[in-house]
Amino acid sequence: MLDYATLRVIWWALLGTLLIGFAIMDGFDFGVAGLLKVLGRDNEERQVLLEGIEPTWEGNQVWFILAGGATFAAWPMLYAVSFSGMYFAIALVLLALILRPVGFNFRGKVHDPRWASLWDWVLTGSGLAVMLLAGVAFGNLFLGLPFRFDDDLRMGWHGGFLDLLHPFALLCGLVSLAMLLAHGACFAALKADHAIAARAVAIARWTTLAFAALYVLAGVWLAYGIPGYAIAGPAVTGGVSNPLYKQVAHGSSWFAGYMQYPWFWAAPLLALAAAIGVQALAGRRNAAGFIASSLMVGGTIASAGFALFPFLLPSSLDPRSSLTVWDASSSRGTLQLMLLVTLVLLPVVILYTGWVYRVMRGRVTLEQVRKAHGGY
Amino acid sequence: MILIDADVVTLSRLQFALTALYHFLFVPLTLGLVWILAIMESVYVMTGREVWKRMVQFWGVLFGINFAMGVATGVTMEFQFGMNWAYYSHYVGDIFGAPLAIEGLMAFFLEATLVGVFFMGWERISRIKHLLVTWFLALGTSLSALWILVANAWMQNPVGAAFNPETMRMEVTSFSAVLFNPVAQDKFVHTVSAGYVLGAMFVLSISAWYLLRGRNVDFAKRSMTVAASFGLAAALSVVVLGDESGYSVSLNQKMKMASIEAMWETEPAPAPFTLFGLPDVQQRSTHYALKIPWVMGLIGTRSLDQTMPGINELVDAAKGRIGNGIQAYDAMLALRKDKDDAQAKATLAAHDRDLGYALLLKKYVDDPRRATPADIQKAADSTIPNVPVLFWSFRIMVACGFYFIALFAFSFWKASKRTLDSRRWYLRLALWSLPLPWIAAELGWIVAEYGRQPWAIEGVLPTELGVSSVSAGQVWTSLGGFVLFYTALAVVDAVLMLKFARRGPDGLGIWPPAIAAIPSGRP
Repeated sequence: MLDYATLRVIWWALLGTLLIGFAIMDGFDFGVAGLLKVLGRDNEERQVLLEGIEPTWEGNQVWFILAGGATFAAWPMLYAVSFSGMYFAIALVLLALILRPVGFNFRGKVHDPRWASLWDWVLTGSGLAVMLLAGVAFGNLFLGLPFRFDDDLRMGWHGGFLDLLHPFALLCGLVSLAMLLAHGACFAALKADHAIAARAVAIARWTTLAFAALYVLAGVWLAYGIPGYAIAGPAVTGGVSNPLYKQVAHGSSWFAGYMQYPWFWAAPLLALAAAIGVQALAGRRNAAGFIASSLMVGGTIASAGFALFPFLLPSSLDPRSSLTVWDASSSRGTLQLMLLVTLVLLPVVILYTGWVYRVMRGRVTLEQVRKAHGGY
Repeated sequence: MILIDADVVTLSRLQFALTALYHFLFVPLTLGLVWILAIMESVYVMTGREVWKRMVQFWGVLFGINFAMGVATGVTMEFQFGMNWAYYSHYVGDIFGAPLAIEGLMAFFLEATLVGVFFMGWERISRIKHLLVTWFLALGTSLSALWILVANAWMQNPVGAAFNPETMRMEVTSFSAVLFNPVAQDKFVHTVSAGYVLGAMFVLSISAWYLLRGRNVDFAKRSMTVAASFGLAAALSVVVLGDESGYSVSLNQKMKMASIEAMWETEPAPAPFTLFGLPDVQQRSTHYALKIPWVMGLIGTRSLDQTMPGINELVDAAKGRIGNGIQAYDAMLALRKDKDDAQAKATLAAHDRDLGYALLLKKYVDDPRRATPADIQKAADSTIPNVPVLFWSFRIMVACGFYFIALFAFSFWKASKRTLDSRRWYLRLALWSLPLPWIAAELGWIVAEYGRQPWAIEGVLPTELGVSSVSAGQVWTSLGGFVLFYTALAVVDAVLMLKFARRGPDGLGIWPPAIAAIPSGRP
């Protein structure tokens, strides 16, 4: 059986995997939705774009639900502190996520251009909001969040929504936005009618370029402008999950991990190499281009996770209260059981998801959409 | 120490109740209707008759609208634990989070991934494969209910877990106990059966409306036949298993049981069932009680000789548990200073099951160890839930249950005699019964969850300690947002449901095929 510290590292990696799964799978839905008004010039073209994601977006969104559920089960303190602390940011994401299922389903149910246009705006807005807010939230992890625990481990939060809008966090929001718009454009290039796909290729190129520039800028800022957090003294990796048992120093570098484990560099290099890959492949080999944009998303999130390690949620108010991989997890029994369940079920999920994508493969053409909706 | 704002507690509870009740308007219809779709499609595959496929497609349109609402409002539920109930999430996440995560992995992924193929895959895969998709979709929805109810059952009967003073939370000791929690089994079958009843009523009522209008006659009769048989089986099961649920409540939530019965004093065995009465909370008595001898004793204890404790006796028992809890609380604080204090460890081990009772005192005094006898009395009294609400909710729910058995049995009889459209009064009755399963389902939720108060986790964590350290303003804002937003969604949902139900299979060009220009979805 695995020891507590190993299980914690595995669950840290699994949390990352789920977040990357969410960003790749749901990310292109958000990206396409965000580009809906740019890529689709009339109602029919927008219909093509939406029908491209319609059969699969619902399953994709479960990646997010699962990431939330897994955080609740494996990192309950992280779940509790982040969701209650970033209250309004989470509420906005929630609003956006509620609007999507109804938006997709209700848009086509009334044949009135104003009705369709209303839901187009709802889907565009909710897509943009989630992409931006996810990045802003991630950026705030590097800045530290204003919370502390009392002796009962009840969390107190001393900040508001506007405090989350630090320039560095906003930059991270833009990184996320550019990254997922590029990813969505790569998907549209693969899935939509050729006329729309050509537009998507151009957008994929521009947004990837913007992503690469913003990403490097954020990295430089992080290296020179944002002090890192570090556990003071030797880390107790297999101890009980009580954050108050440790001491934390603020003022080190977020790149300390990269110096200690040079293989961490693989993640940011992958992200940038994949960005070059998107430039080269978009419009020529769209399937490969989509894989490249997926790797770009995965590399980016992994690079941020590596920088934070072993921190999950640093506290700027009381660094000792910071949540780390070593002191914010569930009990060993829960981590072990959930690992077993995940190892059995996740491959099954991936298998039938793959089958569904195969069944629904192929471009959605304008002709198809006209035919299917001409009857009304 | 971080103080708890009483307004935050009230508002968070209100928000949870509203969003959960709202979510539960859509869930049972998904649970029930999907199996009706699976049955209809099975008939289609077995007989090859086109009308059955068209039935799946027509009822599928209504299913789709409802499914979207269920998914959308379900997201709220998962977010809400973290947003408004952060201390709850910390305190029990080790156990409670696991079934929620497994629900996502095992069930929600399945249904959400397959629902797209269900709607858009008719032309892309073979009949058999499509049928399998529908069956797995149905299986996914029921499995989803299973895991949510495993989590919920643990709130009612927190087995397989122990308090850890070092992490200040409950931690799992036996997963099989959590999984095979008897309350979970009973709740699962009772809840999904309620969903099946609701789905059957939905099809029965709308079909009856077509027959009243003389529209879609053949289509509606077939639909009604399926609904009548499925509904009868479900209605029988919901009542029988509801009774089983009552039995398991009486084992571990004696206060909830006594409150449902408004049974203030312990009655000699076997206890009578109060059919009607006016519970008086002030005087702790029930006026004008009409009692049926023996029935409650039989439901609650499955015996003629065991007594069921009344509310007053249970309040006294709570006082004893509060006393034990204070000792556990004291030991917990001693362990915080010195985690190797052997005597404190022994005290906590002896009384940790009652620690939650000491936490009830936090509402009246900062440190439970300094509680006065008056505080203890108040805390013990606070273990009584809202008796009149439980008393009436339960009775109306049960009356609905028996009515469903009668209506579906009668429908089944008429369907087998092929006289479904012979009596207009029957069709009107079937039509106007449409809201009843929703009322019963919501009341069932109220009995189960409002009846759990003052606990978030029965005997372990008082509800009011579970809240987040957020401001009342924050919760007001999100609550107001939810009310506005959910009302708008409800209007859109109702308009679309009515629109598509009114247009019917004929108006939508789904059946009969002679006038249909059915879009094929494929070039």
